[in-house]
Amino acid sequence: MKLPDFLRLSPKWAPYVFISPFVLLFVVFSVFPLCFSLYLAFQSWEPTGGLRAMEFVGFSNFAFALKDSWFWMSLKNTLWLAVASGVPQHLVALPLAAFIHTSFKRLRDGVIAVYFLPYITSTVAIAIMFGSLFSKDYGVINATLASLFGMEHVDWLTNSVHIKPAIAFIVFWRYVGFNTVLYLAAMQTIPGELYEAATLDGASRLRQFFHITLPSIKPMIFFGVTLSVIGGLQLFEEPFILTGGKGGPQQAAMTSAVYLFREAFDFNDFGGASAMSWLLFLVVALLTWITNIAFRTRKGATQ
Amino acid sequence: MSSSSHFLRGARTSPTRRAVLAAGVAVAFAPTVRARTSRTLTVAAFPLVDQIVKDAIPQWAQRHPDVGINIVMRQYDDHHTAMTTALSTAVYLPDVMALESSYVGKFSNGGGLSDLLQPRYDIGRHRARYVEYAYNQAINRKGQVVAAPTDIGPGTFLYRADILERAGVTAADMQRSWDAYVDGGIRIKKATGANLIGNVKTLKDIMIRSGLQAGQGIYFDSDSNVLVDTPRFHRAFELALRARRNGLEGRLATWSNEWAEAFRRGVTSTELGGSWMVGQLANWVAPVTAGKWRAAQLPESTWVSYGGTYYAIPRDSDPELKALAWELVEMMTLDTGRQLAALKTQDAFPALLSAQDDATFDQPSEFLGGQHARVLWREAARHITATAVHKQSNFAEDAVNAELDNVLDDGKDIKQALADAAKLLQLRAKR
Repeated sequence: MKLPDFLRLSPKWAPYVFISPFVLLFVVFSVFPLCFSLYLAFQSWEPTGGLRAMEFVGFSNFAFALKDSWFWMSLKNTLWLAVASGVPQHLVALPLAAFIHTSFKRLRDGVIAVYFLPYITSTVAIAIMFGSLFSKDYGVINATLASLFGMEHVDWLTNSVHIKPAIAFIVFWRYVGFNTVLYLAAMQTIPGELYEAATLDGASRLRQFFHITLPSIKPMIFFGVTLSVIGGLQLFEEPFILTGGKGGPQQAAMTSAVYLFREAFDFNDFGGASAMSWLLFLVVALLTWITNIAFRTRKGATQ
Repeated sequence: MSSSSHFLRGARTSPTRRAVLAAGVAVAFAPTVRARTSRTLTVAAFPLVDQIVKDAIPQWAQRHPDVGINIVMRQYDDHHTAMTTALSTAVYLPDVMALESSYVGKFSNGGGLSDLLQPRYDIGRHRARYVEYAYNQAINRKGQVVAAPTDIGPGTFLYRADILERAGVTAADMQRSWDAYVDGGIRIKKATGANLIGNVKTLKDIMIRSGLQAGQGIYFDSDSNVLVDTPRFHRAFELALRARRNGLEGRLATWSNEWAEAFRRGVTSTELGGSWMVGQLANWVAPVTAGKWRAAQLPESTWVSYGGTYYAIPRDSDPELKALAWELVEMMTLDTGRQLAALKTQDAFPALLSAQDDATFDQPSEFLGGQHARVLWREAARHITATAVHKQSNFAEDAVNAELDNVLDDGKDIKQALADAAKLLQLRAKR
């Protein structure tokens, strides 16, 4: 069937038409908010007054954010959670991937799927599930700790000291499978001859891990760590849902992302929140850059 | 359907692709075209208020059979976030929005809500018909009235008569002063093992609301000076700490399952809150304790308001529907029958004075063991004065709560805690 001329796409325009759905969505949901938040960072705005209520205030939102002790506290909380959830993720995922790589043959896909499952589960479901697992009087975690070690019931979610490890554990549990899959994929690209040669030379499995596996997957470790740094610094959903959007006792679980959401929607200060989000961006960029330096091959070092 | 069938007929005579597409577009838009001929008022509300408006629809339909009412219900927090967004962009604005009293304060100076003193609404002529403080609460800095009050929450002191009796404590003892209230708690604990209150934060919340001068806010005065480092807060913190040290509280998060369970099991012997708390206790928190509770005025003759609901008309909503929107607001807030219906079905305490003089008010409350409690709350409502709500009051509440946790959990010095909170608020006061 031949289409009428006005419905035919000329080859010149076809590519643009085909990518337009993505570009449109990207512009509406990514480019525009990005530009708007940069614009807002320099405005004082009473949002309920409508768009015309904006007033240019220069850098005063940034000055306010830097003086605000809650902003610094939220950054500290974020860094704490990023380290406490991020470092174990990789320390566990690396040996776990090596173990799955060498020890499972037919069951491997099934095992990986089990570890990967938390990553694709809805955060809301996860937070609700852990909310009841961590419940002080009726939670499984306290019941287990009590029967194993005779520990008293810990108020995981209502105590400022305990809530951080609880959240770090959830984040760890959620992403460890994702990192394992990354490392497993990288390990599959290492030529088997290297291991054969090493075995012939009498190298133990541990030596093989440190001298063949680790150096070979270094680029993937860099990738995984970078994702963890960025993801950890933007941590939002788990603490937000577990604390009912309030940041928890003494704001101990209020990450920077949660704080700037609250600054805008609970405290009606969109200008301040925008300024904070750009400051957070600087922190993320800086730490990503440092990660990059840490993983750069040093001069003179052999691959 | 007339417009779309017309297009379909056109399509049959010359079946071009364009005409078929056009017909599809016409079908898609047909409902909008129809909606415009018979008008619809959109009301945005949160739970229970939505039900109150729904119950009013038959009466409205009698007056305006051609004007429908579409209620958009969202959960409490979502509703207020959605209203903030709608006001900020002037998109998807409802014709009438329900607002909780603290949000009326927060939104009042933004200019996004219509001034109801304008001649087309002229709420001023009804001023004397509303509870005084509820009306004053909706006045902003420019003197505009940005919302009409529909229900109020006069503060009340609820206690388990059976537990107090076993402990040999009378409510009158406990009402004498806040210290006497905590003293009573100590005796109750000793004699019966029951806690005074579910969470001491509630005690602090009522105490910081008491003794305010008219027009003064809880956390800031009208010139945005911080009022946190004052005797009012010191005393509230000290008493909360004393209650905690004597083990008088359940340390339960308000509205949590454990908090409700403590009421059901008689572990919690008193509660401080708005009069609406009785409805909450009776309906879902602890219906099994019916008949055992009594209400009294708050200790130390404290007159505080605890929540309340208003209707507002957005400045930028559809101008053609504004008159109808106001008529609906008038019906909801100034019609004695509607106000009493809301009281009967949802325990919404009327902000309309004539509704408070109705015979319903003298009916005994079953949950309160046959007590005529509404008369108490009516008296309380007449003593309460309006509290100014500062833009930063939500933040202030959080900052103060965090410092109270520091004091209660980590033994932080009260003076230091309040000085720190004040410093934090100082930075934001003028933002």
